[in-house]
Formats: sequence, structure tokens, C-alpha cells
Amino acid sequence: MLNNSPYFRKPSSVRSVMLRVLLALLPGIAAYVWFFGAAVLVQIAIASVAALAAEAAMLHLRGKPLLQFLGDGSALVTAWLIALTFPPIVPWWLTVSAVLAAIVVAKHIYGGLGQNPFNPAMVAFAMMIVAYPSLMSQWPAVGFTDFAPQWNAIFGQRQLDAITMATPLDALRTALHTADARATVSGVLGNHATFGNIGGKGWEWIAASYFLGGVYLIQQRIITWHMPTAFIATLLLISSGFWIYDAERFASPAFQVFTGGAMLAAFFIVTDPVSGCTTPRGKLLFAAGIGLLTWVIRTFGAYPDGIAFAVLLMNIGAPLIDMYTQPPVFGHKPNTPKP
Amino acid sequence: MLEAILVMALGAVILGAALGYASVKFKVEGDPLVEKIDAILPQTQCGQCNYPGCKPYAEAIAKGEAEINQCPPGGEEGIRKLADLLGREVKSLSAEHGLEKPKSVALINEQTCIGCTLCIQACPVDAIIGAAKQMHVIVASQCTGCELCLPPCPVDCIAMVPIAETVESWKWKYPVFPLHTEKKAA
Amino acid sequence: MLSRLFNFNGGVKPAYNKEQSTGLPIAVPPAPTFLIIPLHQSIGGQPRPIVQTGDKVLKGQRIGEADGNVSSAVHASTSGTVIAVEMRRMPHSSGLSALCVVIEPDGRDEWIARQAFDYRSASPNAIRDYLRDMGVVGLGGAVFPSHLKINPGKRGKLDTLVINGAECEPFITCDDLLMRERPETIVRGIAIMRDMLSAGRVLIGVEDNKPIAIAAMQAAVQQLNETTIKVVAVPTRYPAGGAKQLIRVLTGIEVPHGQRSTDYGVQCFNVGTAYAIYEAIALGQPLISRIVTVAGNVRTARNYEVLFGTPMRDLVALCGPGADTDRLIMGGPMMGVGMPGDEVPIVKATNCVLVGSPTLFPPPPPEMPCIRCGECAKACPTDLQPFEMYWFSRAKIFGKAQEYHLFDCIECGCCAFVCPSRIPLVDYYRFAKSEIWAREKDKEAADQARQRHEFRQQREEREKAEKAAKLAAKTAAGREKAAAALADAAKPATTPEDEAKKAMIAAAMEKAKAQKAEAKNTENLTPEQQAEITAIEARRAEIREQAKPHLPHDD
Repeated sequence: MLNNSPYFRKPSSVRSVMLRVLLALLPGIAAYVWFFGAAVLVQIAIASVAALAAEAAMLHLRGKPLLQFLGDGSALVTAWLIALTFPPIVPWWLTVSAVLAAIVVAKHIYGGLGQNPFNPAMVAFAMMIVAYPSLMSQWPAVGFTDFAPQWNAIFGQRQLDAITMATPLDALRTALHTADARATVSGVLGNHATFGNIGGKGWEWIAASYFLGGVYLIQQRIITWHMPTAFIATLLLISSGFWIYDAERFASPAFQVFTGGAMLAAFFIVTDPVSGCTTPRGKLLFAAGIGLLTWVIRTFGAYPDGIAFAVLLMNIGAPLIDMYTQPPVFGHKPNTPKP
Repeated sequence: MLEAILVMALGAVILGAALGYASVKFKVEGDPLVEKIDAILPQTQCGQCNYPGCKPYAEAIAKGEAEINQCPPGGEEGIRKLADLLGREVKSLSAEHGLEKPKSVALINEQTCIGCTLCIQACPVDAIIGAAKQMHVIVASQCTGCELCLPPCPVDCIAMVPIAETVESWKWKYPVFPLHTEKKAA
Repeated sequence: MLSRLFNFNGGVKPAYNKEQSTGLPIAVPPAPTFLIIPLHQSIGGQPRPIVQTGDKVLKGQRIGEADGNVSSAVHASTSGTVIAVEMRRMPHSSGLSALCVVIEPDGRDEWIARQAFDYRSASPNAIRDYLRDMGVVGLGGAVFPSHLKINPGKRGKLDTLVINGAECEPFITCDDLLMRERPETIVRGIAIMRDMLSAGRVLIGVEDNKPIAIAAMQAAVQQLNETTIKVVAVPTRYPAGGAKQLIRVLTGIEVPHGQRSTDYGVQCFNVGTAYAIYEAIALGQPLISRIVTVAGNVRTARNYEVLFGTPMRDLVALCGPGADTDRLIMGGPMMGVGMPGDEVPIVKATNCVLVGSPTLFPPPPPEMPCIRCGECAKACPTDLQPFEMYWFSRAKIFGKAQEYHLFDCIECGCCAFVCPSRIPLVDYYRFAKSEIWAREKDKEAADQARQRHEFRQQREEREKAEKAAKLAAKTAAGREKAAAALADAAKPATTPEDEAKKAMIAAAMEKAKAQKAEAKNTENLTPEQQAEITAIEARRAEIREQAKPHLPHDD
């Protein structure tokens, strides 16, 4: 049977979209390796293999054409995001479990590509941080790029004291919430040997590299400016307000944006089209909501970074936001002339 | 202790008042169920459901006296819609009431018609024109295809003719594309 | 003065492929061996055939009469003999047949008597009737009867008459060539339309990838000294040639779906229609041919001035179709319609016959699930959310699809063009639309049936009630009589007044009896008289018998 019009199409595919997303992640990964060592590459490899295997198994079980879907690259994007959001020295089985949770539970049980209501990588992150809170907060010390102990941490004996260090966010939360009442932001960040730059040493460079990748994605028209802008602006705005109010108890807006996973989230996680909003105004609201929740969880919550929970919470509201933010249709716009 | 009781009591009063207000404010008028069911039924008035028309069948369904699968002209889709409306389970069409057929209209063979007016009396929608000893004609656009005119005809001059598809009435088919053909990915 | 141009959202820039067919001038193909002229070539009612098999027809003779006002006449494209009025396959995706007049040309190409129509002194209704009978319809592809659009609407006049020469579909160049070669005729046609519509100004929108056509049109406008007509180059972006998109670009007005553009002071016609209107009004020639682009998988792509009814096969054969040709498409690659065969005729809607091959239009790669990337929404020229409409159309939740403005969709194909999952989005919209239309029709029929059934029931009730009332009245009367008799019998008949009365009655009766007996003057009659009386009595009886009602008496 011959198809109907249109008879020719723009040469674009899900696969090319996904590959360009992976490409855009490369600068961030490079900076990551520079500051935290090559462990992250091992994690990416583990996650990729696990994701492809899980995807293949699920496609087989669901009776879907293997090559067509395995080649779409969506599983790889999920895998890479998991590897990049997790501490790079988590044991290999934790990464594998996370990938299985993302691919099997969050993606295929909901109907596979395009059907998942929640961001698979963030589902995996949330599940793992609830199940293994301590493993999920052991980050290698910045600048300690010695590969052997990291390799051991992933695959063998975990002798972590020598190589780990709290992330700036974690240090801040621990100090302000659990330690004595006299702790201040400058006390935690300023007096620390490695902290005190914008987002914590190393972190801001990684964030800047993600930003670079994000600009590429916007230039490629894979994502629009709405979500990153709304997310970053909201995070800046709310943290500025509180920072001006009391700079000793609330971290600076620059710190908030350049530390943790904020920049990665702004361009690569919040912008997941499947589980997010799609209307222009909806995108703004959705990303602003994530920005707000991220700051709230970071500041008042029990977890070191709030992005995963913020994203999942807003995922729940995405269909509703979309419904109420439908753009006006041609001829129905409020500012067009009426007869 | 007293405080807790007071707080709970106050909460109960407020919530109760809110519920009471809502029940008055958002009151649903009447019971439009029969109309809703009747709107789904195809209005052929054929009586294949064993009721003397669509409305009586709708009333019977609403009262729970009839099953939702007794209407052959409504077909599977009608059953599905009724099931949706009533929150009942979808059933397949009950065979004793008939089979789903392509939509047809009755046509009178002018050569054989003797003008007995029996079909005119049988037609539930007055779609047959004619008088005693005059030839009868069926207004095709008003015929529901109920077949009630067939049995009374003493000379069997009425036939059911399926409605042919024309360029105007033609419908685009549901797009079916082979999902399982493995191609070299572009 | 440069007029300000506006923008419409969305749109795509496909490969235009127009240069192949613009190299050669418009040609006239040799006369075909027979013409298949479908009666239904426009929106609206199907014209009634007014010729029969065996009739001789002249070129331009009306063969189909408009059915009502929303319809348009059809004419014989050349002189010859009607060899059949029968069902033939239509140039339509359905591949179904419709009534066609098949004409065998006699080769003389003999016109009917033609005379110009004096539109200036004719009433608006007379102009519209004339154009309807000349079969003038929109030649941009929608074939909407033009006489219905030659109507300034409620306001009585138009601000802007928009003439569509944008021609945004790839491969198609029929309007381009028409503007290059016959700009004067077009401008004269436009001037007639402007007068009929009392339009303040005329904007001719042409995409800026047709500089030769723009220059030719501008020269013609200048030469004819038409100061209110202006040629405007519009940015090349598909679908700038959509009527609503072009109106938006030229005037900034967005005409919503389902509303008349005249309510906004605008009306839009295709350049080809302007040409046809000139021919109809100034030359008295009905619409019997049009410019058709033949392009795609052919050796020499070219434009032809083709008589309606010419089989596509004959036309394509002139251009040397490639050996791997697998289909003919009527229209362009974005919105064109796949033909059920190559014997179908060229009709008024045929702006292009696109010859397809697997290499030119490869089969679509396997469909992937929608990832809600929003590319389609960005490409949509009517600002819809195509993926939402797709979602609900696919799930057959038609009400929701309509809530997302399914019927505002112009089926331009931009969404399917950009979709990275290669979903045939437009197919889903077409499916949903025709399904919704069918359901509405069914619902109307059901409502009508319900109404008629209820009316019949009411009537039966009423008849029953009337009958019952009649019966009741009758039996009531009978009962009264019986009751009265009974009462009489039961009465004590011994009062003196009664006795007196009875005596009086009896006396009267006696008297009457005596009178009757006296009056009988039939004794002592002659036998002749007696015979006469018998005959008269017999006749009376006969008449009385005849006068008796033959209907069976109730009870």
C-alpha cells in the first residue's frame, strides 16, 4: 500500500535527535573527567551496556522490532544521565540497578518510548537515593583523579575515606541543619580549602560545560530556550531573595546555579519532552516549578540535591499544566483584528 | 484533651457545612439517563431488542431490566458506548437478538407492489408513501433499515439494499503502517 | 510605498524542485482520443447531466447543470459526440466512481456562440448566476464555486482583495508560468473582480522565489495603469500559499476557521481563477481547461494547457515518465492526492500531475512512537498542537481531538514533514475528520428517525383517542335512549293529567289515520295510471338502493 501525502519528509529521526543530545553531553563529561577522574567513564560504560541489555530484553518481551527501537538511542541518553547524576564511585551493581529501574520500570512498564509519565533517569535517582542514601552521597574529592582507588570503589573493596569528600551542597546542608546553630554559609564554603569559588571548585566548570552543550541543543532546535531559562531564572530569583535577606543562612544565587546538577538538569533533564510540558507557556511554568522545588528541597529538605524530586513532582503536574496553557489557535488570538 | 475535641468538632462542622453547600450548589438536575441512553441507540426502531422501539429499550436499560447487548444495528460500538456511559462491562452482541449488518435501506419493487398499505402501517418512521391500490415508495433518506416492512408484505416485493459508498460518503481508513518491518534505520 | 508584511507561525522549507518545469513555455497537448468529464468537479451539489448518449456537443456547451446554488456547471471541453454518461473512476483517493460524461472529440474543436457578459450593468445576482453557469471555480485546488465568493458580504464592500500567486507547493509551477506568460489577462480578470467586489485595494501575493513572474505581473499592472493593484513579493515558506496564511502575511488579519473572510473585509482568489473569470466575462468562454504542471519522475517536466477530461495517462505520456514510475499524484508532494490509476481524468482541481517513483518519494520509514518533541507544533501554520490531536485521533477519542481544534487543521502536512518519528500525522487527522463527519451524519439521521417515530406514536395515540371518543359518544347516546325508554316504562301511568294527555294523543292519532285514509286517491285508477305508478315506485326503490352508503356500518 502506498502512503498518503506528504510524500517526502525532512531527514530527521528520533535517533539523530538522541545522538545529538549525547554529543551535547560530551563537553560536560570532559570537564567532569578533568576534575573527578575517569571513574565517570566507567560508570557511563556500565550504564550503557546495562541500558542496552535491559532495553533489548524488554523490547523482546513486548514483541517490538529490536533493531528499530534499540537504535533510537533513547536508552543511551537515559543511561548517560544516570551515570552523570550519580556519584562516580558508586558500586557497579548500584548503577546497574538504577538503569534497570529506569528502563524496565519507569520506561517499558509504562509503555516504552514516548509513554513514560516520569523522567526515567530521575526515577532511578530517586529510588536509589531512598534505598542507598549513604552510597549515593559519597563523592570523590575534587582533584583526586587517581584511577585505581576509584576502580576499586566501583568493582571491589571500598576504602573510601581517602578519596571521598562531601559535595558543597552536602556540606552546606549538614552544617546548617545538623551541626551547631552558629554555622554559616561563608563558614562552610568560605573556610573550606576546596570550596569558595562560585559553585564549589570544579563544579562550576562542569556546569559551564553543560551550558555549552545546552546552547548547542538550542541551536540545533532540539530544545527551546523556555525550560532552561525558566528553570535557571527561578532558581536565581528565589535564592537571590533569601540570600539578600540573610546571606549567612542562605547560599548565593550563583552558588545555587553552578553547583550540583543544576546546569545538567536545566538543559538535559528538565527538557525531557516525553514527561514534561510541551506548550510554550507550559514549559515556562513547568521549569519554573522545578526551579522553585529544587531550591526548597536543597534548602529545607533532607536530601543533598533536590532536582530529582522536583522533576518527578512537576512530572505529575505536566499534563494538567499543558491542558491549561494551550496556545491560542490561528484566528483565535486575542490581539488579532475582529470583524 | 478538650482542645483536641474542640478542634476536631470545629473541623467536622466546617467540612460538613462545605459539603452541604456543595451539594446544594452543584446539584444535578433530574435524571437524564434515559435520554443519554436513547441518544446512543441508533433509532432504527426495529424492535430487535424485544422492546417496541429505542426509547422503551433505553428505559429498560436504565431500570436495569435489559442488557446492553441487545441492539444489533448499534453494533459493537453502540455496546461500547453504552458500557462507557453506564459503567458496565462490554459484552459481545447477543446472538438471539440478531447480527450486525451493513447499513441498508428498503427498496420496493414497483412491478410487484399491489398497494396493500400493510408496509405503510408497519413503518415506524413513516418513511413509506402510498395509498390503497397505489404503488408505494420508500423515502430512502428517511428509511432506518429496520426491516419491519418485510414480513407484512404479502407479495415479498421489498428488498433490503446495502447503502453503497460514494466519493462523498467515503471515509479515510485508520492509518495502519507495518510497525514490524525492520528497515535499515535512516 | 512598501506595504508592511506580516508573519505566520510555523511552516517549513522543503526542497522546491520548481526549476525543472519552468524552463519550457506552456504547451497545448494534442487532442485526446476521448474525454471523461466528471460531473462533480467542485464543492457542493453534483450537477445534473443535461446531455444523453449520442448527443452532439460543441466546445463550451453545458453538459451538467448546477444543482442548486452551491454547485457549478460543467461544460464539454471540445466538440464531439457523447458516447456515454456513466460511472467512471474519479481522480480521488477513494478510487470510487462517479457519473461522468464521456465525449469522443470530432477534431473540429467547434465553439458554441460566445459573447462577452456586460457585468457592469448586470445585477450582482445575475453575475453570480452567470459565473455559476460558466463553471468558474477556485483553481488553487479547493474548487470552491467562485460565484459564491464574488460577494462582498455583510459590509457591502471589501477592503482588500488578495490574489494568490504564492504557489508554495514544491514541483508545481502552473501559476508561475501563467503569470509569466499571460499577466495581462490575469490583471484584467483581477480588475473585473475588484469592480464586482468593490474592493478598495488589491494585493497580489507571489512568493519571492518567482522573480520573473513578479516582474511580469508588475509590468502588466503598470501597463494597464491599475493604481489600486499591487504585486507583493512574500517570503518563500510553505504554506505561504494557503489562503488564510497569505491573507495573514499580506494584511495581518487572521481569519478563524469557519468564518467568512469577507466579514474581515478580505477575500482571496487564485491567479488562475482571475484568468478564468476574465475568460468567462470578457470572452464568454466557460471554464473548460487549465494549466497543469507535469513533474516528478519524467524526462521533461513542463506545463500544459489541458482540456478537462483528458486522461492523466495521455498527458504524462507526453513528458516521458520514468520506467520505475509507481504512482501518479494529483497536486504537490505536501498535500497531493494519490491517484487510483492513470486513466483518471484531469479535472478543475488538477494543478499538477506529479509522477512518483520509489526513489523520488521513498516509502516512509517505520513509524516510531511520538516523543512529544514539539517539532510539529513549531511547524504548524495554524498554531495547533498536532501531537495532541494525533494522540486523540489515534485513540479514537474524537471529542477531545475536536477540543484541540482538529477542524482548524488545513492538512498542509508540515507536521508530518518534520516529525522525527515519521508518524503519518495527517492520515490520522483525515481519518478522524471523516469519522466525525460520518458520525454527525448518523446522528442527524438518528435524530430525524427519533422525531419521526415520536410523531408517528403521537399520531397513533391521537387517532386511538379520537376513535375511543367517537365510540364513547355513540354508546353514550344509545345508553341515554335506552335509559329514557326504561324510565318511561317504569313511570306510574295513572295520573289524571296523563290519562287526559294520552286520550288527546290517541284522538290525534285517530284523526291522522282517518286523514291518511281519505287522502289515498289511488282507488278507481285506470290500469294505465296504475302501471305508471308501479314504474315510478320501482325507480324510486332503485334510487334509494343506490343511494345507500356502501361503507360497512359500524355496529
